[in-house]
Amino acid sequence: MSTSVLSRPKTETASSPPPRRRRRFRANVPAGIAASFWFLIVAVPLYFIVVTSVRTQDAYVADGPLDLPTKFTLHNYANVLDLGFGTFLRNSVIAAAATVIVTLGLALPASYAIVRGQSRWVRNAFNLFLLGLAIPAQAVIIPIFLIITRLHLYDSLTAIILPTAAFSLPMAVLVLTSALRDVPNELYEAMTVDGASPAVLFRRLVLPLSRPALASVGIFSGLNAWNGFLFPLVLTQSESQRVLPLGLWNFQSQYGTDVPGLLAAVVLSALPVLALYLFGRRQLLSGLAAGFGK
Amino acid sequence: MSSVAAKERPGFVWAAPAALFFALFGVVPIVVVIYLSGTKWNGLGTPQWVGSANWSALLDDGEFLPALRTTILLTVGTWLVQTPLALLLGVWSAGQQRFRAVLSTVFFLPLLLSTAAIALVFVCLLDPNFGLAATWGKFLGVPDGNFLGDSGRALPTVIFVLAWQFVPFHTLLYQAATRQIPTQLYEAAQLDGADTVRQFFSITLPQLRNTIVASSVMMLVGSVTYFESVLLLTNGGPGTATQVVPLEMYKDGFIAFDMGYASVLAVLLVIIGTILSIVVVRATGYHRMTSDREGL
Repeated sequence: MSTSVLSRPKTETASSPPPRRRRRFRANVPAGIAASFWFLIVAVPLYFIVVTSVRTQDAYVADGPLDLPTKFTLHNYANVLDLGFGTFLRNSVIAAAATVIVTLGLALPASYAIVRGQSRWVRNAFNLFLLGLAIPAQAVIIPIFLIITRLHLYDSLTAIILPTAAFSLPMAVLVLTSALRDVPNELYEAMTVDGASPAVLFRRLVLPLSRPALASVGIFSGLNAWNGFLFPLVLTQSESQRVLPLGLWNFQSQYGTDVPGLLAAVVLSALPVLALYLFGRRQLLSGLAAGFGK
Repeated sequence: MSSVAAKERPGFVWAAPAALFFALFGVVPIVVVIYLSGTKWNGLGTPQWVGSANWSALLDDGEFLPALRTTILLTVGTWLVQTPLALLLGVWSAGQQRFRAVLSTVFFLPLLLSTAAIALVFVCLLDPNFGLAATWGKFLGVPDGNFLGDSGRALPTVIFVLAWQFVPFHTLLYQAATRQIPTQLYEAAQLDGADTVRQFFSITLPQLRNTIVASSVMMLVGSVTYFESVLLLTNGGPGTATQVVPLEMYKDGFIAFDMGYASVLAVLLVIIGTILSIVVVRATGYHRMTSDREGL
């Protein structure tokens, strides 16, 4: 499993690399060339974002995009927050958190039933989620718009949360079932012999043992919701319900020439994810790779 | 299995909430979109049944075939750019030296930015007047620095921006998969005197076969249905140079309020997405839920 490889404690890989491994990858010249080339391509725009966001508009226009800032300013950040970015940030946090809660709350019991259950209906449920991987959200956005308007949820955060969570479910169920399959049958059997019901097994065995997989799935669905553009675009309308990606777009169309301001907004929109990254780099990366590492 | 033992197993009731919830937003809409493709509906009133009118309109739509062609070009271009890069970077970053950790961190930073943020950053960077493109364009043979506003360069530029955004994710997949290749294989190869390049082609590449398939089909499904970046970078322009099918669907449905015709395009996207995803599930063995390296 990729999860277990990537979530090893950092010190283990950083301080004591197996010598054989080091030799194994050292002389891979084409990969090294590609890596240096790609490093430049990735680093220049990142440098541009950070440096420009702390420059004045005048300096940006006069000195070109890559100059070091001569006068450091946080004015752009203050300005962006004045323009309502706080609201967008709050909406995005609410939408992402609710999506994670709904996804995990529904996917874990379902995965437990899929791994342990024996009825034909449970197998059909699993097939439904496998099929679900095939359905692109873009292709069903029109009927979802119809359903959301008929449920009188149009232009609310709930309108974003429900379909976003629904579309995180297939991946969540796949990752969680493959994690739960690794739990030895003997554990379930031992507890069952002691008279534990499925609910007790779920609380005392499934929940604690699936914690790393839950974290991965939570991160994956949270990032999905955080980055979501299509559902907010089509299912909300008013400024008070706007999430960050739409806020950025709106900001660009209104203040398009204020590049330092726009890039300050970009940095603000990435800060929560950056915090998550610094807090749990390995968990975040394994969350992104979850289910595909095989 | 006795009835007592069956009772001790979790039943369908545990899976029902998730299944019904997903059915409401994932499966019911497919039926509804097929129905809507036979109606005339402006998004507000009641859909009116018009039979096959929208489907015959597809044949007369002068924009559809160019959009389909652009979608295919975008898909193929995305695959050709991202797969070799992500593969090489993934194998390379699976190594253990310290400086790799630093570089890998930088490689993965684009994952922290949303699609909207990345698209807007590149709109600024590629601005022919104030962006980087103005000064650096001449080194790439584009003296006027006009990348997104030129009908010949817009699509390659979109492919480049998509690569900037998604190569990190695919690199991550290849990195994780490379780390799982059993070291014994390399030990044996070294005893046989195989050099690094030989080892890459004879061991690494074949061992990554499943990952290549999984990553490729994700890319394919993604670029067939993905339209946010195109909308934000070029809005389909200049002219219709970057107009892809999902973007045309969005514009027909939510700008022109011709939901019936947009549903026709949506049904086509469902069909293409389904075919490609069945390939994912089959080729990667998700439906079997086993690892092909078990026992090694």
